[in-house]
This record gives sequence, structure tokens and C-alpha cells, in this order.
Amino acid sequence: MSELIKKVTALLSDKTINLFIGYEKGSADRVRALFVRNEEQANKLVYDASCTQNLAGYLLKHEVKRFGKLGILANVAALRSILQLASEFQIKDGEVYVLFANRDGSFVEFTDFHSIEAFLETTDTGIKAEEQEMIARLEAMSNNERWLFWNKEFEKCIKCYACRAACPMCYCHRCTTDVNQPQWIPVASHERGNLDYHLMRAMHLAGRCVNCGECATACPMDIPLNLLTYQLINPIKEIFGATAGMKSDAMYALSTYKPDDKENFII
Amino acid sequence: MEKELKILKYSDLPKLIERFRSQGFPVLAPIRKGKVIEIEQVQTIDEIALDVLLSTQSAKKAAFPKVEKVLGYTLDKSGVKQQPVDLGAFQETVLFGVRPCDASGFKSLDAIFGEEPKDQFYLQKKAKATIISFSCPVADEYCFCTSVGGGPGNATGSDLQFTGISKDEILVEILTEKGAKLSALFADLLSVDGNGIDKSKFLADVKVVFDMDGVVEKTTASFNNAALWLDQSLRCIGCGACAFVCPTCACFDFQDEQNTKKGVRLRLWDSCGFSLFTLHTSGHNPREVQSQRWRQRIMHKFAYMPEQLHVVGCEGCGRCSRACPVDMNIKEHLTSIGVIV
Ligand code: SF4
Ligand code: SF4
Ligand code: SF4
Ligand code: SF4
Repeated sequence: MSELIKKVTALLSDKTINLFIGYEKGSADRVRALFVRNEEQANKLVYDASCTQNLAGYLLKHEVKRFGKLGILANVAALRSILQLASEFQIKDGEVYVLFANRDGSFVEFTDFHSIEAFLETTDTGIKAEEQEMIARLEAMSNNERWLFWNKEFEKCIKCYACRAACPMCYCHRCTTDVNQPQWIPVASHERGNLDYHLMRAMHLAGRCVNCGECATACPMDIPLNLLTYQLINPIKEIFGATAGMKSDAMYALSTYKPDDKENFII
Repeated sequence: MEKELKILKYSDLPKLIERFRSQGFPVLAPIRKGKVIEIEQVQTIDEIALDVLLSTQSAKKAAFPKVEKVLGYTLDKSGVKQQPVDLGAFQETVLFGVRPCDASGFKSLDAIFGEEPKDQFYLQKKAKATIISFSCPVADEYCFCTSVGGGPGNATGSDLQFTGISKDEILVEILTEKGAKLSALFADLLSVDGNGIDKSKFLADVKVVFDMDGVVEKTTASFNNAALWLDQSLRCIGCGACAFVCPTCACFDFQDEQNTKKGVRLRLWDSCGFSLFTLHTSGHNPREVQSQRWRQRIMHKFAYMPEQLHVVGCEGCGRCSRACPVDMNIKEHLTSIGVIV
């Protein structure tokens, strides 16, 4: 820990960065985001296996950006988010100072996107085993069973949009859900409104989701909605050969046309 | 009315639910749905999760649901014909096994919706609901009811309050006329007198962590303390989780859903945490950034409501903190406001 604190303090004092996004101890057994601007705040930094929150979304938050040059303690999901955001022109190379914590307590510094790319190539970026299992279970269901499964889950949804707010890829200034001329998605949190919202969101994250699980962790109603976007990861990979958050200059599969694209999904 | 104290046997609880049901009253009670505790209609006592700390969402939906039809209408060449909602048609409902913070939350909602022009959709539903709260034998670190004038055995807003006093027995407090009327349905099970029992022995120990008057005063004076609100809310991501689980948050939105022939007007929960909440048609947003929205959340509850409605808009249930995806802990934030010099 002290190494992290020392490092961040040094980065702040030599003005490499103005603000560092890391973790501090939170309520009960939680950890939470910490925005370090001085030495006193740096002393609160913690890092351990419970620091699973993907902090990358904060890199786009207006009031955080206003501080100037940002540094971030990134886990694997955050590294992938950064590359994905870069490929979508939301973060520029060299703009963010990125630190990754190894299990043994040492740190890897990334000052450019290529080093993140190289690092991720040899890192496990896959979906957790228990989530794989859930996806396998969903895929084994008949269409009707799956429909009923999701309807039952969506019944709990209260449309608090914590999932959207927590997702580093849901940064649109005007989300489709919020557009009212025309009103694409019913605002009400009733059966239709919930279903349309979740289907729309899954479609907009197809091939962009970096399987961080933030959306499901954020959900106060315990809906495993990350499985919706996770289920789209393999099809996109099979059809277009693309995986989100691995290259800073990737072209987004669903908005790029290539003459040799497979068209077998067109009915 | 003078409150009455009686003793009920735990083993008679199933009968209570049966009797409410046989009168045709829907019974709303906490049930388990995985990790989430919902307040929903139940048929038998077995469905009810009485051993939970408290429900994930509050009980407000009994009178203020997330989606509510307030008007129907038809459209044709002759114009629009309105079909108002029949306000007399709401059913008598029993809210069973909710917590004191749920019951007292209705007091804040009564104050908000009872202002002129009175909100009959809420008031009529509330008038038809009889609230049986169960006092809290345990609390967790998010609870701070005693700091905002409530408590684990607070009876405010409850028609009846049940307190477990032994493995087998419940102390029943009959607190209102409505409660007396409902308890008449099980008067035969209440033959033993409960006077003289000190229920405080059976309640959770919830420490007072801040002085409420001080927090109200300091919140009121802190409108322009931009650094305070920014510092507290840098991690806030602007969702609606805190407002939607809160027993006193009452903001709503109207939406019409219609086709060419007919439509409905719906009232939906809304939240001051959303950037869209104050966005004007012009594109201007008076609450431009999240820290201003967070300030609104706290000021509304601890400055505007005390000033205008003479109630604090928070019951200290901690639901918002438990539900917050980024651990914005309101108890901690209020405590830090309380010590501003
Ligand atoms: S976080 Fe959960 S309850 Fe909230 S909108 Fe998303 S799925 Fe619905
Ligand atoms: S959809 Fe969920 S899992 Fe995918 S990037 Fe967004 S928050 Fe992470
Ligand atoms: S603001 Fe939070 S603690 Fe206060 S009543 Fe609402 S949910 Fe409970
Ligand atoms: S305080 Fe938490 S729950 Fe409330 S808007 Fe902010 S992030 Fe969402």
C-alpha cells in the first residue's frame, strides 16, 4: 500500500497528474472510489482483491475531468474500458496516466495505449466461470424458457438506470432512452418499458461490452443483466472476429462495413 | 386515541393473514426474491420474510407506485374524451411486517402529497391502507433512524405495531382508529393484556450519530458551499437508485402513452439524481453537474422540507446507502455536515 501512496503522492507533487482515481475503504466491507488530489487523501488509498469496481467510467465524468490530467488505478476491466473508449475517440493517447496493480503488490505503469494492448494480450480477460455457467444455462434454454427467464428478471426492474450510469460504455450525452422526439423507449417501468430498455441497451453494447460486470453489480434489484451483453460477445467475435477493449484503434464491428463480412445472420 | 397494549401468539400469525384475506383485503408484506427483499402481495404467512432487516425498496409503493395510471382518454374526430380514474375504487389494503421507518416515511409523503392541491391518487390509496409495522430487533451500520427523530420502536405512522417479546409472544400496540378496526378482526386472539411491558428491551440499539437540528441548520446554510457538495459527490454516478428505494422521495414525472384512438396518462417515479430531471427544452440545465444534484437531494430533505412542511424528509433507514452502487453513505455525509464549523 505504502508504495501506491508514495507513487501517487509523487505523481501529484511533480504535476504529472492533478487527480488520481483509486479506492478507499467504504461502508461495511465495501471499498469505493477515491479521488486523490493531495497527500492527505493519498493516505486513504487501499488496494486488495475486493477492489473490483471498474473505475474507468469516471474518466469521462465532467466534474472529474475538470481537475485536469487524470491518473487511474485500473484493473483488467478498466484497462479494457480505456482501450474501448479510446477506439471510440473518448480518450486520447497519453491523456491518462494508468497504473495496474499486480497480485504481488508491484505496479505496472502505462503511459500509452500500445503498452496496455501488449499487456492485455497475455492477460486473462475472459468471463468468470460462474458467469460462463449461467450463459451456458441460458443458451440451453428454449426460446420460450429464456423469454420467461428474462421477463421474470425484468419484472423486478425499477428503471433507476444504475446499470447505465455504472457502465463505462454508457456515456452517451443523450441516451436513446432519454430521447422523446420520437419516444423510442417507453419511459414507464412497466413490462414493455423495461423490456424495450434492456433490449435497446444490450444492442447498443453488443461488441462494446468489456465484461466488467459493473451493470449487474450496480443493480439494486439484483438483476443479472450483464448476461445479456455477455451473450453477445461470442457471436460478435465469431461473425466479425472482434473483441471489445483489446485495441485502441479498433473499428467497431457493428458500424464498419467490410466486403468480406459474413451475412449469414440476415434472415 | 389512547393506545392499547395486547399480547398475540406468534403461532396465531397465520390466522391474521387468513382473516385479512377472507375480508378480501390484499396483504402486502416483505418477501424474498434472491438477494432482494420486495414488498408484494402475499396469500399466506409462509411467503412473508419476517426475519429480514428490512426490504430493499420501501413500502411507499402501496400508495405511490412506480407506475400509476392517472387518466385514460379516447381520441376521435370530435376531440378528446377523458376517462378519469375512479378514486373511490382503491381497495382496503393491509401493509404487514414493514418497518417503523416505512411507516414514518408515509408521514413525509402525507405532508408532500397533502399540500394544496391535494394529491388524491396518493391520499385515497393511503387512506385505505392499514399499516402493521414490526419493530426492529436488529439494525445494521447503515441505520440511523434515532438521529432523525425515529427509532427501532417508533410508532409514528403505524396503525398497529408488533414487537417480538419472546420466542412465542408479540406485544401488539393498537395505535389508531384504523388499527383498532383492523384488530377487531382478531380480537379473540388478543385476550391477554400487554400493559406494563417495556418494549424498549426488545429493540435494536441504534446510536445517535448526529444532532438533527444542527444538521438542518448547517445544511440550510451550505447552499453555496460548492466544495462540500463536490467533495461528497465526486463518486456519485447520477442514477435513481437512492430515490427509488427511499420511503420519502416523492418526485414524479408524467408520460402519455397513446395510439391514434386512445391513451393513458401515467405518473412515474423520477429522481433529482438524473441529469434529465431539470433539463429545459432550451437545452439549458440549471443543475448542470452532479454535485448540484446531490446538493438538491440533501437540501430537499434537510432544508426545504423542514422549512416548508415542518418535517425532515429522511427516516434514517439507510436504504439509499445500501442501494447506492458507489457507496454514497448518507449517514456518513450527514455526520460530516453536522460537524462543519
Ligand atoms: S440497475 Fe437494475 S433496477 Fe435499475 S434500471 Fe438497471 S436493471 Fe433496472
Ligand atoms: S454492459 Fe455491463 S459488463 Fe458490459 S461494459 Fe457495461 S457495465 Fe461492463
Ligand atoms: S434518504 Fe436514505 S436514509 Fe433517508 S429515508 Fe431516504 S432512503 Fe432512508
Ligand atoms: S448517491 Fe448513489 S444511488 Fe444516488 S444518484 Fe448517486 S450514485 Fe446513484
